[in-house]
Amino acid sequence: MTTATVSRTSATSTDRPKRPFNWGSFRTYISAAIILIWCLAPFYWMVVTAFRDVGFTFDTTPFFTHVTWDNFATVFDESLGNHFGKNLLNSLIVGVVTTVVALVVGVFAAYALARLNFRFKFVVLGFILGASMFPGVALVTPLFQLFTNIGWFGTYQALIIPNISFVLPLTVYTLTSFFREMPWELEEAARIDGCTQGQAFRKVILPLAAPATFTTAILAFIASWNEFLIASQLSNDSTKTVTVAIAYFAGSQPHQEPYTAVMAAGTVVTIPLVILVLIFQRKIVAGLTAGAVK
Amino acid sequence: MSTELQKPKTTAGGGQKLPGRESADRKEATQGRWAYTLLAPSLVLLAIVIIYPVINAIVMSFQKDSGLDATTGFFSEGGPAGFDNYIHWLVQQCTAPGGGSVACPPGTLGAQFWDSMGTTFFFTLVTVAFETVLGFWMAIIMARAFRGRSLIRAAVLVPWAIPTAVTAKLWFFIFAFEGIANKLFGTQILWTGSEWPAKWAIIIADVWKTTPFMALLILAGLQLIPDEVYEAARVDGASTWQRFRLITLPLVRPALMVAILFRVLDALRMYDLPAIMTQGANGTTTLSILVVQQIRQGFNTAAALSTITFLVIFLVAFIFVRFLGANAVDAATSSGKAK
Repeated sequence: MTTATVSRTSATSTDRPKRPFNWGSFRTYISAAIILIWCLAPFYWMVVTAFRDVGFTFDTTPFFTHVTWDNFATVFDESLGNHFGKNLLNSLIVGVVTTVVALVVGVFAAYALARLNFRFKFVVLGFILGASMFPGVALVTPLFQLFTNIGWFGTYQALIIPNISFVLPLTVYTLTSFFREMPWELEEAARIDGCTQGQAFRKVILPLAAPATFTTAILAFIASWNEFLIASQLSNDSTKTVTVAIAYFAGSQPHQEPYTAVMAAGTVVTIPLVILVLIFQRKIVAGLTAGAVK
Repeated sequence: MSTELQKPKTTAGGGQKLPGRESADRKEATQGRWAYTLLAPSLVLLAIVIIYPVINAIVMSFQKDSGLDATTGFFSEGGPAGFDNYIHWLVQQCTAPGGGSVACPPGTLGAQFWDSMGTTFFFTLVTVAFETVLGFWMAIIMARAFRGRSLIRAAVLVPWAIPTAVTAKLWFFIFAFEGIANKLFGTQILWTGSEWPAKWAIIIADVWKTTPFMALLILAGLQLIPDEVYEAARVDGASTWQRFRLITLPLVRPALMVAILFRVLDALRMYDLPAIMTQGANGTTTLSILVVQQIRQGFNTAAALSTITFLVIFLVAFIFVRFLGANAVDAATSSGKAK
């Protein structure tokens, strides 16, 4: 009843000095709370379960109860046939090598795409964008046979090479949009001062581009760290990555899903990423949306 | 290369030499050479990791799988197959034990092609529809100025950062029979054990994971709309709905179309969630899952299917860019031109 009168009066006289209650911002806060809960509740539930005693797996208490570190011990326990420490290391190796290769190679391509005019630029950009949308499953079949034939099955390069197929386009694309927004007048200034284009690139632009490159590196690493399809098909026990390990995590009972241990493993894999993402939030959002809208 | 670049330009000038024209051409030519030198490593690497496997897959798809020949009972070495592997999938014909071909018996991979095609498109349509609507709503909220806005913007990155494999396990746990979802809603649904609940469990998990990406892309588009436009509309007496329909929607359309294009292409290759949550059981086999299952039964037949999958995704991308104006390349180049 009161709301109806409030909205009618505010509609007739918009320049009232004081409003009794701002329904618009109230609704914004309610919506914001819903978004917050929707995004964080499942993640929170994973962490709560990770710290919960196995006997209380399906307890519905919404806060930390029956807290224990046992699940994390189970995750790293090798007696059940899991090698989670090794899997973490594998993911790290594949992720770091993929990221470094993609950055070292991609930074030059991004510079060319952002700064230089040349023929078929449109075609090159289209090819790189198309490559980033390429279905991984179309690579798995031929690579499965190829790597089996040349004895690469279960090597790191068997995972790194297909990962480059989607991390490199992502790197080039993100860096290109970052590079467009850099103060390139400085490059001009350096050239006037007698630098060649190559020197200007090395001495002025590269240090300037470091933050953008770092953000792109985070995005590239996350993309590689999260990869599942290729790793599940082209790795063996010695190169298995964490995502594959979590998907096929072995419990102590053969027909019982080790939920709490899996949630603990998920927490171990996710927490570093979440911390990284929260610290570099602004940059990552800029990197994610770069290029898609301009 | 450089002379080729210069020639058409000078003749196009109609013999009339504009001052500075020639040096500009030369500059572009040297820039072109420099550009391709810088691009070469990336292009070569992409050619090795993408084009070579694709050509390899196409060649493989026209070969017979080696194995026991159904007609003779002997081991056959393969050999050229023509379009047999493609026909196998598209019309679901399998080799009969007595020679010739029959409709693939139910349960075999060959019989599942059109079903999994349908499942893939169903997942794509439903998840992208939900993500667009929810993402748009989230973006509108995030675009408003209120205290704690940066908290929300950080929070939406959490589902995005979690690996899909972990997301799958997390929702598998939430949707367990004794899990929180059933307790919360007082239901007793075997979520991942029957057809429609399994589909919805996967859809919900996918929407949770990828809506933030959509929301952030749309938000970036929203932030490009100047406030004055809204101000002017308000002065002219446009209602909230009119402002949304006549200003927000058309102005955010390019960003929205690119976001939808990205998500559609991503959803068409969906693998992780159904592979982990249901292993493709209960009508959740997507094209990607079918390819992976076929790899174990025969490379060449799998290669044909992966080529079909690739062509389907390519076709959808083409339709989007050509007819719906989702021009990601244009969006990427235009800002460079504007400067």
